[in-house]
Amino acid sequence: MIDALVASLGEVFRASHLVYMGLGVMIGLLVGIIPGLGGIAGMALLLPFLYGMEPGLALGMLMGMVAVIPTGDTFTSVLMGIPGSSASQATVMDGFPLAKKGQAARALASAFLSSLCGGVIGAIVLTGFILVARPLVLAFSSAELFVLTLLGLAMVAVLSGDSLFKGMAACGLGLLAGAIGTAPATGEFRLNLGVEYLFDGIPLIVVGLAIFALPEIVDLLIRRGSIAREQTSLGHGWRQGIRDVVDNRGLVAKCAGMGSLIGTIPGLAGSVVDWLTYAFASKTAKGEKHFGQGDIRGVIAPESANNACACGAMVPTLLFGVPGSGTAAIFLGGLLLLGLEPGVSMITTHLDLTYTIIWSLALANILGAALCLMLARPVSQLTRIPFVLLAPVITTLILFAAFQATRSLGDWYTLVAVGAIGLLFKQAGWSRPAFLIGFVLAPGAETYFYQSVQFHGMAAFLRPGVIIILGLIALAFSLPLIKRLFQRRQQPLAVGADVNRQTADTPVPTFGKIDLVLVVGMLALAAAAWYDVSGMSMIGGIFPMLAIAIMAIGALLAGAQAWKGQATWVSQPIGQPLTWLGGLLALVVVASLLGFISTAFLMTLGFIRFVAKARWSAALLIAIGIGVFLLGMQALLNLHYPMGWLDAMLF
Amino acid sequence: MHAKPKLSRMPCRRWWIAFALALLPLFAEADDVQPTPDTLTWTVPFGVGGGTDVWARFMSHWMAQSLPSHPAIVIDNVPGGGSITGTNLFYTRAQPNGEEMLVTSASTQFPAMLQDPRVRFDYDEWTPIIAAPTGGVVYVQPRFGKETGEILDNLREEPTKFAMQTPTGLEMPVMLAFDMLGLAVEPVFGMRSRGEGRLAFERGEAGVDFQTTSAYFSSVTPLVESGQAVPLFSLGVMNEEGVIVRDPAFPDLPTFSELYLAQPGASRDDVAYEVFHKFFASGYALQKLLLVPKQVDAKLLARYRAGAKALTTNADFLAAARRQVGPYEPVVGEVAARQLASAMELSDARRQWVVDWLKDRYGVRVVTR
Repeated sequence: MIDALVASLGEVFRASHLVYMGLGVMIGLLVGIIPGLGGIAGMALLLPFLYGMEPGLALGMLMGMVAVIPTGDTFTSVLMGIPGSSASQATVMDGFPLAKKGQAARALASAFLSSLCGGVIGAIVLTGFILVARPLVLAFSSAELFVLTLLGLAMVAVLSGDSLFKGMAACGLGLLAGAIGTAPATGEFRLNLGVEYLFDGIPLIVVGLAIFALPEIVDLLIRRGSIAREQTSLGHGWRQGIRDVVDNRGLVAKCAGMGSLIGTIPGLAGSVVDWLTYAFASKTAKGEKHFGQGDIRGVIAPESANNACACGAMVPTLLFGVPGSGTAAIFLGGLLLLGLEPGVSMITTHLDLTYTIIWSLALANILGAALCLMLARPVSQLTRIPFVLLAPVITTLILFAAFQATRSLGDWYTLVAVGAIGLLFKQAGWSRPAFLIGFVLAPGAETYFYQSVQFHGMAAFLRPGVIIILGLIALAFSLPLIKRLFQRRQQPLAVGADVNRQTADTPVPTFGKIDLVLVVGMLALAAAAWYDVSGMSMIGGIFPMLAIAIMAIGALLAGAQAWKGQATWVSQPIGQPLTWLGGLLALVVVASLLGFISTAFLMTLGFIRFVAKARWSAALLIAIGIGVFLLGMQALLNLHYPMGWLDAMLF
Repeated sequence: MHAKPKLSRMPCRRWWIAFALALLPLFAEADDVQPTPDTLTWTVPFGVGGGTDVWARFMSHWMAQSLPSHPAIVIDNVPGGGSITGTNLFYTRAQPNGEEMLVTSASTQFPAMLQDPRVRFDYDEWTPIIAAPTGGVVYVQPRFGKETGEILDNLREEPTKFAMQTPTGLEMPVMLAFDMLGLAVEPVFGMRSRGEGRLAFERGEAGVDFQTTSAYFSSVTPLVESGQAVPLFSLGVMNEEGVIVRDPAFPDLPTFSELYLAQPGASRDDVAYEVFHKFFASGYALQKLLLVPKQVDAKLLARYRAGAKALTTNADFLAAARRQVGPYEPVVGEVAARQLASAMELSDARRQWVVDWLKDRYGVRVVTR
């Protein structure tokens, strides 16, 4: 093992290897920063050169790219609230509020430094772990994977915010949205309204954009001003961010460790690990907590985890040829193209190659994060620009990203439809992460449950691994209860019985116009969806029915709470947000008729001139910039945009 | 939600084809020897890094070398719907100018044969340039025994599981093979790749598993050597007369056909065997296909096929291909076209037989057009 390690380190630091890796890092950052592209576009750039290259150098280039993709997407997550990939969704939760507080540089510096540490810790863990990982990966059967998805769903309780019932309903809606498409067990189509786009289910990236980014844009447009509401010194923020990571080094180490271990489990990996660590941080954090409103620990936790997770995902990829994440799947394709077959040989005869991969990953992480750290300060200036100037650029970027999901106009209409849900949720304070977690985990929960029952029958839930994980869930839930019990017992002795304190601690549930719309809408949806799946076979229909039940019960309870007068009635303005969303719908319709490039150009020009009231010259400059970006991407990455009649004539 | 915009474009397609058809003779007259385009775009209806994508990228390297003008070949991945989405898109949009080609796999061929309602493409409109066959092996847990007869008897007695992706995917002929041998093998669906299926086998959840040749060599051979798996039968390969014979990669392993036909009363004319043969032909004998629209200029098509033909005698290519797909010779040109036409032709009665078999035996409801 030591020989292989030394040999591989020699390979990693070879000059030609470093050059190719640097090239990979550059490409990875480029495609990582632009939302919606990610590894697939990077691969499209690299693959034509890969075949026939020397495997060591090609691997370096490949690893350089793969390693930094979860790093680059942090820029848009923090600065614009756009989750560039599934790995950065939890980062949005606190990263964007920090940017709004004028602390974008701090959030970015923390994020990149945590990414760097996470990547290196992941590589260190992996160096030893990969030798013994085989039995562990094999220990995770479908039953263990199912309870792990349950653990993920349990996070909803932590992330629900003020109202558990609303969180439950949101999660149910997410589960139902995730069940659209095909039943994994029987291949039956369900809940697709006969729309062909929905046969394949809704793409995750579209949901992420719709649920997080769109409501924020609308909110910023209404509020006017810049993203950063408070003006603080950027340099101070940058240094503060570095200090935050140092102060929270324990959290970084724990989350990176969790990330690298969870990453080794094929089939779950990236989608849950950032939420698990986010929830972990928000549960265990000491002192004042502002999770969801801009707590730096909410950025540090998922960012340390996701790069470590990318390291961990190499375990099933290299040992079993089963990719642990989307990027790993692409990496696997590259390996096959280089003529390297994954399997046991990767830790026996090819161990040096495996270590080259792992340490290239670590080095690329360092390189990528260092580059981003340097960029963080200048780029965070973006948050000072009046938002009306940015809005058309960000909108174009979101439409661009959404359309890369399946290259169908359905992506855009889904974006608007789910965006409406996101908007209502945000206005009424329903938990958007709960919806997203339900959506992300729906396919896993259903497939793994069905598979574990098929493979093991009811004995599936008596497996030792299952019992251990279930115990952990129980512990996570009961710990705060036990703590509170202890505190209550001590309180009468220390400060005397204080009944009012307890009620003041738990926020009073609120209810308003939008809540009413959501509750009624969900109940109606429940009835319609139930009708749709009622004709299905038992195993094909049971999961959507469960999702419907969770949603309907949550909605009913939230409604009942208001009915019984336990919630305070609040006014929830909705007219203005819906007008902006209508504007987006109109934009999408026009873009599908005229073509994306010309519509984006005209919209930017008009918006900046007439809404932002800037000079014609400025408007033209930004509009041309957008046109050049879209055309450049098209040429470079062989992308496609909706071709209306105007685009067809011009380009 | 608006109606699927692609649907509204449907009538357009006919116009485009008519338009292209009208232009075609123009080009042919104006330029007798149409030059090979500088850039070829290959639509791959699968994600980056999957088996078909890797094959396409491997082939693009060699095809570009083999064509005299060395065109640049761009791979355009359009994943979705288990390859149906991208193939539909190619069918509606691709123009027969020789620049646009399509790479498909068994999971594109099977839905077309079963007339999946999502399928709007038609293989009759396309013609193959080159096709790559593959074989595959079924292997079992060592507890079922060592000898073929012993294993089969045990598998008939003791119910066990087989981890599959979808009921109508690549493994369907294998599932049919189990049923035809009377084995008590029950499928568990929802695996995302054949690799996940193998993982279920290694965990001991599945008693039997199946891998195609290249994956078998890299991942199962070590298991067999360490006594954790026993190979049972291969699917075989199809010879030029369309008869399934022993796989050159596994000369010592009986084929499924041998085992089936050795059963009393079984014959090649059985409906089940005919169905198996059809799906084997389109899913394995011609697993990966490089296709162009049929209306492509005949001389251009001949040039492409000549490029492909030259590859079959290129020792470097054959050595590289052996590592990628196993020791199988690619099928090119007219031969591939003939085999494809015969493989894709499934009578209504046979299709109904498959639908009924899936429903009665496994409770799987397959929707057909």
